[in-house]
Amino acid sequence: MSERIGIYVCHCGSNIAGVVDVEEVARWAGENIEDVVIARDYKFMCSSLGQELIEEDIRKEGLTRVVVGACSPHLHEKTFRRACANAGLNPYFFQMASLREQIAWVTKDRERATKKAKSLIAAAAERVALHAELEPFTVPVNPATLVVGGGIAGIQASLELAEAGYPVYLVEREPSIGGHMAQFDKTFPTLDCAACILTPRMSEAEAHENITLLSYSEVEEVSGFVGSFKVKVRKNARYVVEEDCTGCGICTEKCPTSVVDDVFEAGIGYRKAIYRPFPQAVPKYPVIDTESCLYFNTGKCRICEKVCPTEAIDFEQQDELIELEVGNIILATGYETFDATRITQYGYGRLPNVFTSLEFERLCNAAGPTEGKLVLRDGVTEPKSIGIIHCVGSRDVHYNPGCSAICCMSALKFGHLAIEKSEADVTSFYIDMRPIAKGYEEFYDRLMEEGMHFVRGRVAEVTDVALAPEEEGKLIVQVEDTLLGKQRRVPVDMVVLMVGLEPRPDARDVALRFGISCSMNGWFTERHPKLDPVATMTDGIFIAGTCQGAKDIPDSVAQGAAAAARVLSMITRGHVQIEPIVAEINPEQCSGCRICNELCPFNAIDYIEADAVSEINTALCKGCGTCVAACPAGAITGAHFSNQQIMAELDGLLFDVNEHDETMQPEPTAA
Amino acid sequence: MPDENFEPKIIGFFCNWCSYRAADMAGTARMNYEPNVRIIRVMCSGRVDPDFVMAAFAKGADGVLIAGCHPGECHYNNQNFKTMRRYALLKHTLRAIGVEEERIRLQWASAAEGAILARSIDEMVERVRELGPLNWPKQWEAPPEVEEAIKMMEAEHAEALEVTA
Repeated sequence: MSERIGIYVCHCGSNIAGVVDVEEVARWAGENIEDVVIARDYKFMCSSLGQELIEEDIRKEGLTRVVVGACSPHLHEKTFRRACANAGLNPYFFQMASLREQIAWVTKDRERATKKAKSLIAAAAERVALHAELEPFTVPVNPATLVVGGGIAGIQASLELAEAGYPVYLVEREPSIGGHMAQFDKTFPTLDCAACILTPRMSEAEAHENITLLSYSEVEEVSGFVGSFKVKVRKNARYVVEEDCTGCGICTEKCPTSVVDDVFEAGIGYRKAIYRPFPQAVPKYPVIDTESCLYFNTGKCRICEKVCPTEAIDFEQQDELIELEVGNIILATGYETFDATRITQYGYGRLPNVFTSLEFERLCNAAGPTEGKLVLRDGVTEPKSIGIIHCVGSRDVHYNPGCSAICCMSALKFGHLAIEKSEADVTSFYIDMRPIAKGYEEFYDRLMEEGMHFVRGRVAEVTDVALAPEEEGKLIVQVEDTLLGKQRRVPVDMVVLMVGLEPRPDARDVALRFGISCSMNGWFTERHPKLDPVATMTDGIFIAGTCQGAKDIPDSVAQGAAAAARVLSMITRGHVQIEPIVAEINPEQCSGCRICNELCPFNAIDYIEADAVSEINTALCKGCGTCVAACPAGAITGAHFSNQQIMAELDGLLFDVNEHDETMQPEPTAA
Repeated sequence: MPDENFEPKIIGFFCNWCSYRAADMAGTARMNYEPNVRIIRVMCSGRVDPDFVMAAFAKGADGVLIAGCHPGECHYNNQNFKTMRRYALLKHTLRAIGVEEERIRLQWASAAEGAILARSIDEMVERVRELGPLNWPKQWEAPPEVEEAIKMMEAEHAEALEVTA
């Protein structure tokens, strides 16, 4: 029985029709492609009228297959499948050709564009005729959610889900949740104390009956798919028994080993070998850092064990592997700051009084190593002048071309704190001031009134080589003042580098582990940059906060809540439909060679000894089709991407293969 | 004598997750590139059966462009490594049968790399344009006397089979 194919060519206003002769494509398809019974062009196929057109033709003309030539299937495939289903046609009897993204938007040559459009339409029609009836799989959604990363975005997401009554596993790599925000002193532009607004959220998360907090833990393995992921978490040994520990802190107090704290104190403060990153850490239990602990290195000491009133220290504790089952996953793994030693001309690491913004945060923080006193590296001298350099490692083609979004405002905040805490003269060296959100420009105005100085220009160098008497003993900021149009040397006591935000160095590994993708520089890629900013290409995996791109606290919190809302809609629906694109082995044709067994990355193919054939577990198969391509016997069929369908597509794409020859060697018309 | 109006027909096999989206992105960003590549979407570049590539040439394509996620970024963990191996074999096979190896190309392009994809397409189109048409289907057409001879041989075979039966 031959099919009855309907072809619909969309104008997309003038988006497609402006370049492709859509009327001609439709006319040509109607006259030349086999089994086409209707070929129309229409202004906007995705409009409700466009969809109704298809539905009506299916009902009245008995169409058995539908092809729409419009935008990318990633945009409207679902729309048209739904239209087919509405009219009683199996949604997989539909195929889409991307005339807009692949033709109209990338070429201006009307003739060649129209020809390419014909080939794409012909390919879709040839293919759709061979489509098989498929039904999406319906799978239940486990109401539990895994949140990876306990910064403010992860905490927000966890609380939203927990408040709605669903279980959450919050996994944090560090000993405490809180993330970068816990290191900050104040938050711009309201100057709320970061700890005062963050720590209540942290303890709320810890205390919540629906949240299981797994700190000092990392996700090792993820398998499964939307609705039912299986996750392996390694809970690192703390060497402290959580059930017994009261968090009294005597162990830390008595511990004889002090080491530089590179993480929480950004390298300017110390911590003990058994420590809590900061006083309000959640959970309150300390961890033993085995690299610096005397006992772990020399076999002697065990002072913490002796002083612990509840005998909570356990040197024999082992890492624990925990297996979780969750329906959805939210990644909120945050950012790393730019390594300022990479820009050698700014002298960080060489000139002692050049600080990074994170170090400055810790200096300003009343709970920091200097108890909030603004001093130089020697720990006593108060700076009389401070230069703040913007865009360090941001907006720079050598490092990161993008803007880090938060540094201008942080710099203004630092200006305010420095003016408030000291007598220092503060100068900001900026390229462009970007106070773009609510209340930010006002804060900028306020700082100008408070007497912060602003020099517009990218700093060339920070040096201690004095060229004039007033520069002696100072750091000199060499900059072209682009508003004055001249070079300036500004001597200061302290330089603060506003280091940019970068993806975590292991972001790519994390992306791979969770099956999502990264941008060129390593930010996680969202499903759509505007309309789907917290979903990823992988169903059931969402992203929130700075792992997706540089952003400030309000935006991170908004994304955390948004990701939670997306997960909630999945949970409350209770089930999810997944594409039935899986492979299947025909046992009659399988020779049992087992080539496919090794190829499958999901171990979905098993060899059945008894029958001497391989078999695919469809629950594990993700439909990549590698086994289909590799089977020497052609025994494996990939649903919706069968060999026949792809070969048919080839025939369609090369519909005009003989045209060229004809123009080259015109054959005589008379025989 | 190369034909100045020759427009190569190139078949693209693009993976759904990275490269097809790179093509979407090139479109959204209105990057202008040659319209010679006609794309088939596959879920993974690992789905590209070498038979598809040979079939594309046999059906009249002048070039084949396979595009997938970067190694290490495959949506299906590491299936593009299989693509990489098959690509090497395909190049080797094509060389062995006298087809210029530039007629096949493998391009890694992530969903964010529309520009790289567009540039790769332009480069490939230009190169294949220089190479001229492949004309594979034509080359397999035997001259009439050979066709005649084959028919005769077939008839003799059939006769011989009948006799033995």
